[in-house]
Amino acid sequence: MESTGVAVAFWLLSALTVGGALLVLLSRNLLHALVFLVVAFLGTAGLFLTLSADFIAVAQILIYAGAIAVLIVFAIMLTPLASRDNANSLYAVPGILLGLAVAALVAFAALDGGWPELAGEALAERGFSSTVAAIGELLLGRYVLAFEVASVLLLFALVGAIVLVREEPPAGDGEGREP
Amino acid sequence: MSARSALGRLLALGPLRLAALAAALALAAAANAVVGYVVIDGRLDGEWYDLRDLGFAVARLRAELDAVAPPALSYWVTALVGVGGILGFLGLVLLLGSWVERRLLARFQIRRGPNRVGPFGLLQPLADALKLMQKEVLVPRGADRLLYAVPPIAVFIPAVLAWGPVPWAPNMTYLDINVGVLYVIAVSSLAVLALFMAGWASNNHYALLGAMRTVAMMVSYEIPVSLALLSVVLVTGTLQLSEIVLWQEQHRLWLGLLLPVAFLTFFFSSTAEINRTPNDIAEAESEIVAGYHTEYSGMKAGLFIAIELGNAVVLGALVATMFLGGWSLFGLETWIPPYLVLAAKTGAVYFVLVWLRGTLPRFRLDQLMGFAWKYLIPISIANVGVVAVEAAILVRLDAPGIVPLSAFTLLNIALAVACARFAMPEPSGGPSAGRGASHAPVLTTVLGGLRASERLRSAP
Repeated sequence: MESTGVAVAFWLLSALTVGGALLVLLSRNLLHALVFLVVAFLGTAGLFLTLSADFIAVAQILIYAGAIAVLIVFAIMLTPLASRDNANSLYAVPGILLGLAVAALVAFAALDGGWPELAGEALAERGFSSTVAAIGELLLGRYVLAFEVASVLLLFALVGAIVLVREEPPAGDGEGREP
Repeated sequence: MSARSALGRLLALGPLRLAALAAALALAAAANAVVGYVVIDGRLDGEWYDLRDLGFAVARLRAELDAVAPPALSYWVTALVGVGGILGFLGLVLLLGSWVERRLLARFQIRRGPNRVGPFGLLQPLADALKLMQKEVLVPRGADRLLYAVPPIAVFIPAVLAWGPVPWAPNMTYLDINVGVLYVIAVSSLAVLALFMAGWASNNHYALLGAMRTVAMMVSYEIPVSLALLSVVLVTGTLQLSEIVLWQEQHRLWLGLLLPVAFLTFFFSSTAEINRTPNDIAEAESEIVAGYHTEYSGMKAGLFIAIELGNAVVLGALVATMFLGGWSLFGLETWIPPYLVLAAKTGAVYFVLVWLRGTLPRFRLDQLMGFAWKYLIPISIANVGVVAVEAAILVRLDAPGIVPLSAFTLLNIALAVACARFAMPEPSGGPSAGRGASHAPVLTTVLGGLRASERLRSAP
């Protein structure tokens, strides 16, 4: 924390993120929970911004607050009305325990790792202007295998979804008509 | 005839008025000469009173503040100045825009439009806003109180945020981030959730239908938008909007010409994303009342209507920036303030949007979705492949000269024409119009239009 502005931003965004996440757990209405989830996502994006990770921040908004939220909307709208509440679940206690375990793991990694803390001027001195080019080079260079595996996996998921929902055309009708 | 009558009208003004006219002309010529001298002389370049680029003034202000106060203050002040500028511009646009749109639509429909309130009806938007504010805001029974109240405000946020990275002049960008293109896509994807919440919380079938249509349409059309912007990024090699404009200025080529498929795809898909005719099925008033904002009344409905306009103008600015050269105008931007150039281009795109609204009928839902998935997305993917090859060639040339650029431009325009001619869906007039039937635009030549009505009237 090199300046008060960043510190204030950090605490505000953390409060937004943690508060949003808590409200996701506590709200009874599934769609309210979705809205609070988006708030938590936006807070996380802001936290990334305070770390000068511009690409990750924008990707967080684009993928999580934009796409994943819409995906959840689809999931909610396509399920029967009875399951549209955020009711109690048998998994509450194991879920909380698992969450605490993940939090402990992340906290350990954050506190144990020696992170190079550079920001603003110090970053600029190293000739580091944008994370986009660095991430792109790493993705298509060092980590190209993981990148390709991920894209093949997504393609499988896409083809699988199409196979699952495809209806066999009725026998008499040669080509399926548009609904 | 007209020249003589004009001369006669001039002479009829009388000597005093003629002298005043001549003096005004002479003054204008003198002012032009002074401006021309100052611009060519270059003594204005980079000074804070250079009104062609307000960024210099802000930089000077920042330097002055840094000299006397901690650096945090200058950040706050410049941030507030920028926000004030953007919000002021947006307010002006929202006030004037609805009048412009209604007047233009009226012209397209051979009527006059609002012309009673104030000169030329200019105060009509103010009157409408006052009327909407006085109306009661009704909350339907069974509505979700929280989610009903949030959306009219939430839809405003993306429309304001999207103005951030738009470059108004070389040094006049509020948020010159190096992920500008991604930022624009990300911000515009936020609006969909607000619209969905509006429709869902209203506890109304029409509103829910509109909301579901919005979600389906936005999800479909975000893909061609992203692919179109991907080809822009491939050619310019940057995600920064100001750099994209600089690329177009340096190569004296608008990306809309070099990448016509991406340009048209982006434009059409964006009209779907912002709910403009011909793609406004999400609030198709002849089918589902008003879609997601059916149950909103008073100023809450007004906010939804206003933000549609704001979105259209943002779209104009983005199209102008990414495909029409932004603030650059082939050297003319050293004479005319670049932000006026950008505003003029934005207005031109907005005019086309109004024109489309006055001309085209609305698509059916299945037509619109089918067009996105079966035609636009495959064409966009193929286009990205073509553009990637071209970009690879351009990168390997040291300085892409006029020959490869114009060759690629011609090639891409030819490809776009071929796409429009051979890869587009057949125009069909419903179930009875089979293949091989005449594709002449039946509605305009036989049934509709002024000429047709005259012909029908004169027919025996």
